[in-house]
Amino acid sequence: MRWAYLGLPIVSIAVATLLAGCGQGKSTAANEATIRIGSVAPLTGPQSHIGKDNDNGARLAVDEINAQGLKLAGKPVKLELVSEDDAADPKTAATVAQKLVDDGAKAVIGHLNSGTTIPASRIYHDNGIPQISPSATAIAYTAQGYNTAYRVMANDAQQGRALGQYAVTKLGAKKIAVIDDRTAYGQGLADEFEKAVKAAGASITAREYTSDKATDFTAILTSIKGKTPDLVFFGGMDPQGGPMAQQMKRLGLRAQLLGGDGLQNINFLKLAGVDAEGVIASSPGLPLAAMPGGPAFKQKFEARFGPIQVYAPYAYDAVNVLAAAMKRADSAEPAKVLAELAKTDQSGVTGPLRFDAKGDIAGGSVTLYRVKNGAWVVLETVK
Amino acid sequence: MRSVPDWLRRHPGLAFGLLAVLLAVLPFIVSIGLGRGWVRVLDFALLYAILALGLNIVVGYAGLLDLGYIAFYALGAYLFAWLSSPQFGLHLPFWLVLPSGALLAGGFGVLLGAPTLRLRGDYLAIVTLGFGEIVRIFMNNLDAPVNITNGPQGINLIDPISIGGFSLGARHTILGVHVFPPTFYYYLFLFFTLFTILVAMRLQDSRIGRAWAAIREDEVAAAAMGIDTRNIKLLAFAMGASFGGLAGGLFAAFQGFISPESFNLMESVMILCMIVLGGMGNIPGVILGAVLLTVLPEALRYLGAWQRAALGHVVVDPNDLRMLLFGLAMVAMMLYRPAGLLPSRQRRREFRAEDGAAEQEAASLYDAKA
Amino acid sequence: MDIFVQQLINGLVLGSIYALVALGYTMVYGILELINFAHGEVTMVGAMSALAVIGALLGAYPQAPALLVLPAGVLAAIMVCMALGYVIERVAYRPLRRAPRLAPLITAIGVSIVLQNAAMLIWGRSYISFPAILPHGSHPILGAVITDLQIVIVTLSVLIMLGLTLLVERTRLGRAMRATAQSREVAELMGVNVNTVISATFIIGSALAAIAGVMVSAYYGLGHYYMGFMLGLKAFSAAVLGGIGNLAGAMLGGLLLGVIEALGAGYIGDLTGGFLGSNYQDVFAFMVLILVLVFRPSGLLGERVAQRA
Repeated sequence: MRWAYLGLPIVSIAVATLLAGCGQGKSTAANEATIRIGSVAPLTGPQSHIGKDNDNGARLAVDEINAQGLKLAGKPVKLELVSEDDAADPKTAATVAQKLVDDGAKAVIGHLNSGTTIPASRIYHDNGIPQISPSATAIAYTAQGYNTAYRVMANDAQQGRALGQYAVTKLGAKKIAVIDDRTAYGQGLADEFEKAVKAAGASITAREYTSDKATDFTAILTSIKGKTPDLVFFGGMDPQGGPMAQQMKRLGLRAQLLGGDGLQNINFLKLAGVDAEGVIASSPGLPLAAMPGGPAFKQKFEARFGPIQVYAPYAYDAVNVLAAAMKRADSAEPAKVLAELAKTDQSGVTGPLRFDAKGDIAGGSVTLYRVKNGAWVVLETVK
Repeated sequence: MRSVPDWLRRHPGLAFGLLAVLLAVLPFIVSIGLGRGWVRVLDFALLYAILALGLNIVVGYAGLLDLGYIAFYALGAYLFAWLSSPQFGLHLPFWLVLPSGALLAGGFGVLLGAPTLRLRGDYLAIVTLGFGEIVRIFMNNLDAPVNITNGPQGINLIDPISIGGFSLGARHTILGVHVFPPTFYYYLFLFFTLFTILVAMRLQDSRIGRAWAAIREDEVAAAAMGIDTRNIKLLAFAMGASFGGLAGGLFAAFQGFISPESFNLMESVMILCMIVLGGMGNIPGVILGAVLLTVLPEALRYLGAWQRAALGHVVVDPNDLRMLLFGLAMVAMMLYRPAGLLPSRQRRREFRAEDGAAEQEAASLYDAKA
Repeated sequence: MDIFVQQLINGLVLGSIYALVALGYTMVYGILELINFAHGEVTMVGAMSALAVIGALLGAYPQAPALLVLPAGVLAAIMVCMALGYVIERVAYRPLRRAPRLAPLITAIGVSIVLQNAAMLIWGRSYISFPAILPHGSHPILGAVITDLQIVIVTLSVLIMLGLTLLVERTRLGRAMRATAQSREVAELMGVNVNTVISATFIIGSALAAIAGVMVSAYYGLGHYYMGFMLGLKAFSAAVLGGIGNLAGAMLGGLLLGVIEALGAGYIGDLTGGFLGSNYQDVFAFMVLILVLVFRPSGLLGERVAQRA
């Protein structure tokens, strides 16, 4: 009767159930006045350094709000940040989303990638829970018609358009090469950039591709060099951008390197070393230094977690937008918070925060930076 | 087998009855005890059981090491997305789309199998691995010049499965109880898992199954016995692949969104791990492996809560430790039961026999040299 | 023409790194017929420990000369990896030597998950940059450029491969390794301590991985706990391409794969009139691999293995 062995998987689930249950019993019995907020990002795998950064940004905001004391409907409440790992995997993201819903999360900050944010947004929407992504840029995320989906980051179209116009009109580039890393982020940004460049009258001389795991770009850069562009645009992140800047120099490819928010961070400077000099990259919103509370945020964050990787300020802003909406609603009830979230109009560390009807950041200014003496220096802010 | 209580052994009907009742009420127990998130985990456990049983046909029965199995899953998922989503504006019913996905994947199984018939063991592994990557790369890049797959952005808003107007993707109130999509999908996946088990069982004990075993143990001898090794091997590839395609379609409908990152090499490797860890060639073992490797990483999410329960506070960030413990558990389980947690009867016999026999068996599996 | 030469140089440098890692796969396979899936992760550990030592040394003595700091880092990496290779074999593979073929494959995958996550705990989640202590000179050659670092990488790889070949062909240990590869039982009967030989194989392979790891992190200027996965996969493919179990095959396979990748990325676009681009670079590489294996089922230099009889 070896078929009775089929019971074994069930027994193993039962054991897991028990194990999970004994952990859970403790945590659901938490104080009534605790409001749970989910924070989801990849905390394992190749992108975990960016994921942890988002999580830290959200944590700093939550701790500050708790220290100031949040009162809803006359009662003091505490925010509890529940961090979960989605491993940048869409399937895990959906599972985690459901877990957060079960655990009674009133709102979610996340996810990091577009590929995880989109499948998770359906679950948050079905359960009426507000979701604010600090870093997902795919246009599709807010185009689903969900009233629960928000982001505090410019989407690919907003940023790609600004970068494309800047490359042609301000930098005077006529022949442009475009590289993307074939991720939802890199490809989305590069495609929008390409559209804007063509609209502004410049030509695309080469379109090359790499992956988000690659470190060797000599082959595509050599091929690009043969087409003598004035500017190379890279849609991707710093782990690729850093070595790419080095390899461009090594190969004697003297075109201007331009990137998006994936490059505009301290890690890129570290990885590219001296070859970072002169690289231009953008970041949505206004410079941290120009915003009230910006320098203070940077100082507090770095004292506690070390240097900002990429999107921590956006995660910080996302939590603050959420807390402000809760205050206005005088409740953590998702339906009431959602009604107030749409009316958001405040100033965050990354810029003014207002949402359009879709949940995208309204106005969508983008700031450009250039590396000078090993640091990012503001060039200008464009609309 | 000794672990099964005597009274159950005496009444197999009762055992099946108990099992059936347990499986039927499982999502409700789980969702009350643990929350709906765990019903979703359960759904994925079933989905992976289908995948593992499919791969088991190729690896466990026919002895062909396949590291690109996820490609068939991807093909099934993408076909489902193409035929029922706004991507091409098609919204065909699932009873048409799911079998087409299985058929397409089966076709590709033959396509993969045909040129690799001469390859053995690890050479076959690397070629299948390459095939899996090629399919993923195409899915990731076929957004230009003609947009077929929507590239890295993935395909969104895939129709949920709907049976006679009853959509599994929406919540319904049945007898005053709110029932949520993961629960409906649980029953659907359970149905397909049982179907897969049935097919796998019938195959195992059929002429074809015996031919596969013969090829696995000694291909030359099998050919000498008059087995058409070429067709029989291709059949294994096709059969295994079609279950992959079926599971892919179910995945697409369940998630509503697919993108190439769901079909990477690590997924193929994990499915292979499920089979080997559970007990290759043995259906209950394979299912156990699938359930274990799906449930374990999720259960380990509670590391923080356990620490709080046991020590009063969180000592180590659970997210730092989760996958480390998962890896350790994989190593430990394999060292503890080298032939798998529930080895097939034949394998157990061979493994317990004197060293010589084990050696011989070790050499005969997936090996070019002898 | 200069672009073609440049692509060849790009490919050869990449290829010699692949070759060094591939040697580790092929040595273990030759003796145990086991795919040591954790080998890529050993490379990563090598790179990370070298970075840690170099970083610490430069932190303590900012003026220390590169010629002192770099060898110290490499040495530390080699020691760590040799120990790691030995431990992996003892813990994860030796107990399973008589188990079914696929069992050690699973422990190997488990070990690589463990190594990745342990490295994440030890060295953190961030990318670590390689300190700027390396020479930056570059030389024009046939209309292309080659840097000092590239010359060092290729030369060192060739020297190491020659050394390894000598070791295997000319020394007692090498003879014992070849004997064990042919037949473990007979070698044992001839007085070879098989366990020692297997341990030695893992240790040597891991030392090569350590050197390759340092090369990768110096060449690309970074280290990260996830860097071993892709490298391992590519090197394994290279070993199979050349004929797994065969030392010369691993070297040839590695170099070939590097060149194929570079030429693929550089020329697919032009060859297909822009229909396929460099996004199909890996497809091209795998297609070549599959074609080679279809016509030579045991790789380029692999022995023609008769069907079991």
